[in-house]
Amino acid sequence: MEKNILLVGVGGQGTLLVSKILSEGLMEAGYDVKMSEIHGMSQRGGSVSTHIKFGKKVNSPVIAEGEADILVSFEQVEALRALPYLKKPGTVIVNDHQMYSMPIITGEQEYPEGVIEYLHKTVEDTLSLDAGKIAEDLGNIKAQNVVLLGAMIKKLGLESIDWKSIIEKMVPEKFKELNIKAFEAGYAL
Amino acid sequence: MKQLLTGNEAIARGLYEAGVTVAAAYPGTPSTEIMENVAKYPEISSRWTPNEKVAVEVAGAAALAGARAFSSMKHVGLNVAADPMMTLAYEGVNGGLVILTADDPGMHSSQNEQDNRNFSMFGKLMCIEPSDSQECKDYIKLAYELSERYDLVVLFRMSTRVCHSKSIVELGERVEVGVRKYERNVRKTIMVPAHSRPRHFEVEEIFKKMEEEYANNTPLNTIEYNSKKIGVITSGISYQHSKDVFGEDASYLHIGLLNPLPKKMIREFAKEVDEVYVIEENDPFIETQVRAMGIACKGKDVVPQCDELNTRRIGKAFGVKKYVEEDLYQSEINVPARPPVLCAGCPHRGFFYELGKLKNVMIAGDIGCYTLGMVAPLNAMDSVICMGGGFSGATGFDQANKMGKRDDVKVFGCLGDSTFFHSGITSLIDAVYNKSNAVYCILNNSITAMTGHQQNPGTGKTITGEITEAIDPIAVVKSLGIPDDHIRVVNPLDLEETRAALKEAYESTGVFVIMTKSPCALIKEVQKANAGKHVTAHPDKCKSCKACLKVGCPAVALGKDGKIQIDLAQCNGCGICKQVCKFGALE
Repeated sequence: MEKNILLVGVGGQGTLLVSKILSEGLMEAGYDVKMSEIHGMSQRGGSVSTHIKFGKKVNSPVIAEGEADILVSFEQVEALRALPYLKKPGTVIVNDHQMYSMPIITGEQEYPEGVIEYLHKTVEDTLSLDAGKIAEDLGNIKAQNVVLLGAMIKKLGLESIDWKSIIEKMVPEKFKELNIKAFEAGYAL
Repeated sequence: MKQLLTGNEAIARGLYEAGVTVAAAYPGTPSTEIMENVAKYPEISSRWTPNEKVAVEVAGAAALAGARAFSSMKHVGLNVAADPMMTLAYEGVNGGLVILTADDPGMHSSQNEQDNRNFSMFGKLMCIEPSDSQECKDYIKLAYELSERYDLVVLFRMSTRVCHSKSIVELGERVEVGVRKYERNVRKTIMVPAHSRPRHFEVEEIFKKMEEEYANNTPLNTIEYNSKKIGVITSGISYQHSKDVFGEDASYLHIGLLNPLPKKMIREFAKEVDEVYVIEENDPFIETQVRAMGIACKGKDVVPQCDELNTRRIGKAFGVKKYVEEDLYQSEINVPARPPVLCAGCPHRGFFYELGKLKNVMIAGDIGCYTLGMVAPLNAMDSVICMGGGFSGATGFDQANKMGKRDDVKVFGCLGDSTFFHSGITSLIDAVYNKSNAVYCILNNSITAMTGHQQNPGTGKTITGEITEAIDPIAVVKSLGIPDDHIRVVNPLDLEETRAALKEAYESTGVFVIMTKSPCALIKEVQKANAGKHVTAHPDKCKSCKACLKVGCPAVALGKDGKIQIDLAQCNGCGICKQVCKFGALE
């Protein structure tokens, strides 16, 4: 299998843990893996993205326009922004969550309505979920990223890898149970 | 053992395995994590220096004294370090010396897009460039052998996508090489004209020799023959992109040793293929030399010189069908912009909010989080050039205003604590010495923040967390003879106090210094202390006057009902918004 996964969100949303678990699991499963992300200024509340590519042999670590098999967005409009990077026909997983950027706060621009509906209409294989709500019900909103990871693993058909043991290795002891539950909840969607 | 490492982590591992003993750097994206990881090895003496020039001088002299030494920086940092580097190139080495430049094609976190490969020809430096993490580790180890074998300084060139991409690396063991014997040899290590003249000849000869006996016969340069219709000459990350674009439809000359270039190899490769493509990011560094050899090629005539490359940009440039046929999803909904902003709870916000309200001012900014003082609705900045430019820039503005008789304009210069130590001090000395008439502001948040929280001379800790002397910027300011009544230290989270100091400064003459003092909201201890604290919104008292939105905090917004709401996930209770609300809707 060869896949390109694009994770997008807003600086500070914690895409890092997801990409770490994912790339570690893929490497253990024997795939060549490359992961690329950008540090620095954009992390201060700007749009951020993480590129993960795996397969028999990966060359470029960067996903260009039209190359992502799956787009996982932690925020609504970030999914729209990244849409040109999705391969046709692709898969979208979108967190039903809105974060206002400064031009929206100051009233210069408007946060668009109907983003989720538009994504469903434009990309047939779209899964929208309120990962924050699911994680909050499990006890901590911070586990929303692992809910999204669970949903992504199912879409990618990567259930043969023992993700739970990898999650257990990578999160602190006191958050293990929460994260395993979050993974299962995302996977069950 | 195999590990998934970023290029930066792989470099640190390579330095460890190569037996490096001295390393010095100043943080800068995308290079910062190299030194952070080097510092984890007790076998290497590591340090953050106040700036890149100091780092290269420390590393350069350590190499002359016999240690395998290293210095890393972002591309613009090499400009600061260029002075020692250009002359160290004549002096050569004793223990190997590698200077690493992390370039930023696409300017993800930089003020320009300079291509530092050019420095290698300009400065007589051997130049090596890797294309993935395994090469980072392997090449930097080889760089030390070559530096010592040829008595040359190595410029090791990385780019953002190599620094910050993870790929699989096979780890090795450290080889202890110790510190070589030192013998005084002033002909080689004191660069006065009588010594430099023969050294320049010698260095040029070394390059010729290296090109003839090594460049065409090194594991750093490889040829892969596939279809011979197209021959791609490339280096660094462009090699990886090119492989995806052309696959087996092209042959590749992958160059890892950029200076001296393997000219014989290039000639032979060009003869074997029907058409030569040179694919490289930014400047035509390889291409210009290939063309000078009389070899026809396609390069910057089709490949963009600005911005970083990716598979699509390369594919389109050469008319590869898959990339030319546009069939992309495009959002028909207008996507609002999301520029970076000062974080919720950032202490710089209060200062820039008050500074931005002043009329008839010019504000020189600098490189760091506080560059974001430029962003709407704060709009409190006129210029940003380089590290230290916030102070000397203010002096320049002030001088132009004086000569242009714009007496009603007051000038402010702003930089951070780390930048003050980097190069702000010399700028402030100039301001005092030449009787400037401006306000110099040190925004002290007790950390080097934008690059991800590195220690600096003001924090009282070294790179390894060891306790050291914390240098107080105000003690430095006072030592320059600036009188106490022209120095104010304020808490920027207290708007009234900040406003009062700015007013006093505005009405003053001569050099006036304001230092804001409040730690970065993202420092772990600060986050812990603020845990659970937040401002509470009372939408019932909100008159929708939008005064609170003018502080530009990402946690403060009006809801769909037009009334105030606070994002509790972001708010740390800094209280700036509540100081501007006249109706008690925030408390």
